Amino acid sequence: MTSELDIFVGNTTLIDEDVYRLWLDGYSVTDAVALRVRSGILEQTGATAAVLQSDTMDHYRTFHMLERLLHAPPKLLHQLIFQIPPSRQALLIERYYAFDEAFVREVLGKKLSKGTKKDLDDISTKTGITLKSCRRQFDNFKRVFKVVEEMRGSLVDNIQQHFLLSDRLARDYAAIVFFANNRFETGKKKLQYLSFGDFAFCAELMIQNWTLGAVDSQMDDMDMDLDKEFLQDLKELKVLVADKDLLDLHKSLVCTALRGKLGVFSEMEANFKNLSRGLVNVAAKLTHNKDVRDLFVDLVEKFVEPCRSDHWPLSDVRFFLSQYAASVHSLDGFRHQTLWDRYMGTLRGCLLRLYHD
Amino acid sequence: MPGKLKVKIVAGRHLPVMDRASDLTDAFVEVKFGNTTFKTDVYLKSLNPQWNSEWFKFEVDDEDLQDEPLQITVLDHDTYSANDAIGKVYIDIDPLLYSEAATVISGWFPIYDTIHGIRGEINVVVKVDLFNDLNRFRQSSCGVKFFCTTSIPKCYRAVIIHGFVEELVVNEDPEYQWIDRIRTPRASNEARQRLISLMSGELQRKIGLKVLEMRGNAVVGYLQCFDLEGESGLVVRAIGTACTLDKLSSPAAFLPACNSPSKEMKEIPFNEDPNPNTHSSGPSTPLKNQTYSFSPSKSYSRQSSSSDTDLSLTPKTGMGSGSAGKEGGPFKALLRQQTQSALEQREFPFFTLTAFPPGFLVHVGGVVSARSVKLLDRIHNPDEPETRDAWWAEIRQEIKSHAKALGCHAVVGYSESTSICEEVCILSASGTAAVLNPRFLQDGTVEGCLEQRLEENLPTRCGFCHIPYDELNMPFPAHLTYCYNCRKQKVPDVLFTTIDLPTDATVIGKGCLIQARLCRLKKKAQAEANATAISNLLPFMEYEVHTQLMNKLKLKGMNALFGLRIQITVGENMLMGLASATGVYLAALPTPGGIQIAGKTPNDGSYEQHISHMQKKINDTIAKNKELYEINPPEISEEIIGSPIPEPRQRSRLLRSQSESSDEVTELDLSHGKKDAFVLEIDDTDAMEDVHSLLTDVPPPSGFYSCNTEIMPGINNWTSEIQMFTSVRVIRLSSLNLTNQALNKNFNDLCENLLKSLYFKLRSMIPCCLCHVNFTVSLPEDELIQVTVTAVAITFDKNQALQTTKTHVEKSLQRASTDNEELLQFPLELCSDSLPSHPLPPAKEHLESASSNSGIPAAQRDRCSSWIELIKLKAQTIRRGSIKTTVTVEKASPVGDGNFRNRPAPPCANSTVGVVKMTPLSFIPGAKITKYLGIINMFFIRETTSLREEGGVSGFLHAFIAEVFAMVRAHVAALGGNAVVSYIMKQCVFMENPNKNQAQCLINVSGDAVVFVRESDLEVVSTQQPTANCQSSGTEGEVTT
Repeated sequence: MTSELDIFVGNTTLIDEDVYRLWLDGYSVTDAVALRVRSGILEQTGATAAVLQSDTMDHYRTFHMLERLLHAPPKLLHQLIFQIPPSRQALLIERYYAFDEAFVREVLGKKLSKGTKKDLDDISTKTGITLKSCRRQFDNFKRVFKVVEEMRGSLVDNIQQHFLLSDRLARDYAAIVFFANNRFETGKKKLQYLSFGDFAFCAELMIQNWTLGAVDSQMDDMDMDLDKEFLQDLKELKVLVADKDLLDLHKSLVCTALRGKLGVFSEMEANFKNLSRGLVNVAAKLTHNKDVRDLFVDLVEKFVEPCRSDHWPLSDVRFFLSQYAASVHSLDGFRHQTLWDRYMGTLRGCLLRLYHD
Repeated sequence: MPGKLKVKIVAGRHLPVMDRASDLTDAFVEVKFGNTTFKTDVYLKSLNPQWNSEWFKFEVDDEDLQDEPLQITVLDHDTYSANDAIGKVYIDIDPLLYSEAATVISGWFPIYDTIHGIRGEINVVVKVDLFNDLNRFRQSSCGVKFFCTTSIPKCYRAVIIHGFVEELVVNEDPEYQWIDRIRTPRASNEARQRLISLMSGELQRKIGLKVLEMRGNAVVGYLQCFDLEGESGLVVRAIGTACTLDKLSSPAAFLPACNSPSKEMKEIPFNEDPNPNTHSSGPSTPLKNQTYSFSPSKSYSRQSSSSDTDLSLTPKTGMGSGSAGKEGGPFKALLRQQTQSALEQREFPFFTLTAFPPGFLVHVGGVVSARSVKLLDRIHNPDEPETRDAWWAEIRQEIKSHAKALGCHAVVGYSESTSICEEVCILSASGTAAVLNPRFLQDGTVEGCLEQRLEENLPTRCGFCHIPYDELNMPFPAHLTYCYNCRKQKVPDVLFTTIDLPTDATVIGKGCLIQARLCRLKKKAQAEANATAISNLLPFMEYEVHTQLMNKLKLKGMNALFGLRIQITVGENMLMGLASATGVYLAALPTPGGIQIAGKTPNDGSYEQHISHMQKKINDTIAKNKELYEINPPEISEEIIGSPIPEPRQRSRLLRSQSESSDEVTELDLSHGKKDAFVLEIDDTDAMEDVHSLLTDVPPPSGFYSCNTEIMPGINNWTSEIQMFTSVRVIRLSSLNLTNQALNKNFNDLCENLLKSLYFKLRSMIPCCLCHVNFTVSLPEDELIQVTVTAVAITFDKNQALQTTKTHVEKSLQRASTDNEELLQFPLELCSDSLPSHPLPPAKEHLESASSNSGIPAAQRDRCSSWIELIKLKAQTIRRGSIKTTVTVEKASPVGDGNFRNRPAPPCANSTVGVVKMTPLSFIPGAKITKYLGIINMFFIRETTSLREEGGVSGFLHAFIAEVFAMVRAHVAALGGNAVVSYIMKQCVFMENPNKNQAQCLINVSGDAVVFVRESDLEVVSTQQPTANCQSSGTEGEVTT
């Protein structure tokens, strides 16, 4: 006796959250059944393995049918085939678009192209996430990217509107899209200590302050691309380190303000010029795409690592950066105050976030 | 030209990409009705076209309006080649043809293609302007309401239940032998869909005509089926119960609140709407008039009979059957002679209803069924489907005579079905023989009045259990005792019925689903030989199914079965029997005895031991079941008083002879004497197997209950969560050494596993009950068994017991029911149904005078024929007497009609994707149905030539069933409804050809589209309405608050 056909269709589509998770994690039906058995569900419910097998198959089939709709979540809301309560719809969407931290760290800043997709095998092996799940996550990134790529308006809003994600998840996707678009390098060894959250935090600051959208809300791609003009202008900041007087004056202003307040004052004093040069040079180099990509590498190399090697506590870093940014306003010879604020305000936030072990 | 159909195509969405180059579609729409076709403009390059068309107007006969579906075809325009069809929508416009239902059909319909399934949606608005038709001889029956619900629909009152209507139409199947032509499948399948749609329209119209002829205005319990006879054609047949219904239009009308009968009496016949504020006042459509026309005709002398069928009964009308006199009266006899022959030919006292207004059902005799094996031949003349008609007439005759043998004049819970395999067809009919309450009794005219007065205090709580047949001349050996409830009348030891448990019945504990499953191998044979082989097997199958049911019932410690449905399915090389019913413990019936096992070889010691071990197991199971289903009947000390009737005497009585016809196999159920049922003799391994199989049925996990009736006996506190589902399983038997035992085991496992799966899937709803569990078995191929289950899971509140049910109804009943809480378990039913009983008292006066004129004694021994006869007579009288009134009122109707149609559409019509509930039950827990929008009857064919790509057979069917649900929901939503009740999947014919990567499936579903309001919402509404209520009937206020 073999079962040829075995289906269950409810007027309200049944969604089993546990099975959904297994499906999203890319387990085969057999593996999923094994995992469910291990969870002790048979003992709890008195069901047999055959029942579990049939149930799992059913859910998998349903999810498979739903997947097409999940690719364009508004469709899921308007479709007539599956009657699903709104709260369940939201859950389906949110979970489908959720991603693994380990996975996103691997592809963050990479071009969402076929080439990258080919590397998914390696990523799967490396992270222990099933290839199927990797593919789904990658395709999600790519799909969101494609849809919002050419859109006007706020990146987060667009993502939210077209994919009906929660605010939190939409922000994460905004960061992923932003990183993919600007191809920031995140995979270098010295960046490994950084989490996706760190990058997402920086991305949000950058989107808010450094993109076209920050100045003009009607431009295409406004949140995706950095404001070219702004990057161009950043060259002007070079005077802060190129002009020796200005640099000395800046240093003395900072040192005066921080004397006695910093645990690592002497180290700061000794390193000031190096640090300032580092930060200003990063700004000046951003006109080149290559250097934009290396932004995070540079920040870590030029600022985070030197401070860390001198064991600056985070509070000292905060004091220093505040003072370092604020003191510029007292430099009479410096005329690019707003530019400096736009640059340093964001950078300060990013650096503080990046500064940890 | 009685009607103008207006259609507007608004927009489309989610269309498929038809042009690969642009990834877009140039869509336009063809709108076809009858032979007229309109087209919209082509909307270029869009997947969401906005056509916003003009109104397409079709001027058509109302006959066509009823028969034809509106066909909407969405196409992709192609300049160079033929336009590609994207898909179709069929819209049944019948709901627009009666005024109380929907006024407009407007909404998003899934665009359906037989190959691709649903491909986007289209927004359509449909309206109908009906003109007045004075032609009395018209062929249309617009306005007759159809209900699938097998009880009086919740917002109606039954004025008269006329009786059985049936009709069948036949045609050539456009695609007999579909599998051979699967290569050009789309066209033939579409032709088939269209044809069936047309045929069901025609059938419905013809049934409607019959109803009009009977002076009814509605069909309740409408059941339409298709017989795919393959090469010999396609039969669409339907049965139903013709009724005259009155709408209870305001929520207040649900309250059993009228104390001034005389006023009510006047109002109801002349103004069917007791609340003129909510509707246009005065008569509005021709149809309603037929309802009114009864009152003028009351003056006719023969009208005495009209109240025979009047459903609205006061408790006073309860009647003892056993005591009924034999003297029929000469006048009566004459009448009978005059009409008998015509009646016998055409009319059957059958009712497709399974639930009745209180007091309607007097006694229940038991299940009657008849089966007949026929050889199909080509239908030569589709216009004269005489053969098929004759076949069914034969079977019905059989049923009727069985009912008579049980001393019953009517059959309730009646249904018909077929099973076809190649050219052999088994026709089956079954129902419950019953005595219905036919008339009011005049005070003091009938002996036994005192007795009835007593019964009045306990209104029919046990009455239906009392035997209708003469105990001295019983049709079969049965063990009778005095009723455990009233101690006055005799009751059988077990009761099998096809109806729902009467709402006022007293049950102890909870019920449960009981199934008997059986397979029998048969040799492959051709034609006559095959039919003979099947005929020979049938009685054995029936017997065995019956034995199994009886044993399982005993094992559960219960004594009655409700909703019994025995399905016999014929296949190439086997027969399958599946019986489902809901077992309960009726307080009125005696406690069932246990099951005793007796061995044939008493000398063998180890064998003895085995037997006793088995016996112990059985006893344990019974004890466990009693605990599980909370069956603790009160220990009755008066056992002595209700001593059983001495058996020998009845045993000696003659059995009524069963009808003999060569190719028919019939059986009266209940054919077990007490002894036979209780003692299992183990004389061979087969019997051993049987006993084992008895014990293998696993009870549902805790928190779950299941039944196949509307509601679970013993559970009343339903909460609002419902989940309707369909589950399909097909297993392939290993063809090697198939034995009956192996087959039985496979089949048993299949059903048990299916149930287990359901319990597992629905575990999140615990505590819950699976209601209306409906199993269907089919044998699509040699080694395949297909089981389809549709049911609804309803949650209930374990803790919240009876507090919510404390209504005034309860109070009024409390007097009568001191010890039995069960009586109060279905307050909703009680509320809505008890109304009909109220307007009645005045009718009694009419009756009294009338019947004394005619000289017909109130009670007749031979109720069966006289009763129908009288209905018939009445119908005729009315027809003659009321034409005049009808016509005059009709003239006024267009105005009323207009008013009616101008009312704003229901609020939910325009919402995006509103939730549409579906349930096989006639009600929605925690909600009140406020409006019936019309019948949903849909037929779909889906095929694929890429089975593997669509996820194999499971993927294919899963998607298709989901699509069918979606289309049903969309149609209901477009009618302005938010639920389908009495939903049923009548057919699910699945065929596959994996070698060719092909599969095909036909699905036929039906139900009633309704608008429901949550009871919590309703309270708000009703507080706003008291003024209206007072105006409509001043008396109501006194009692309601």
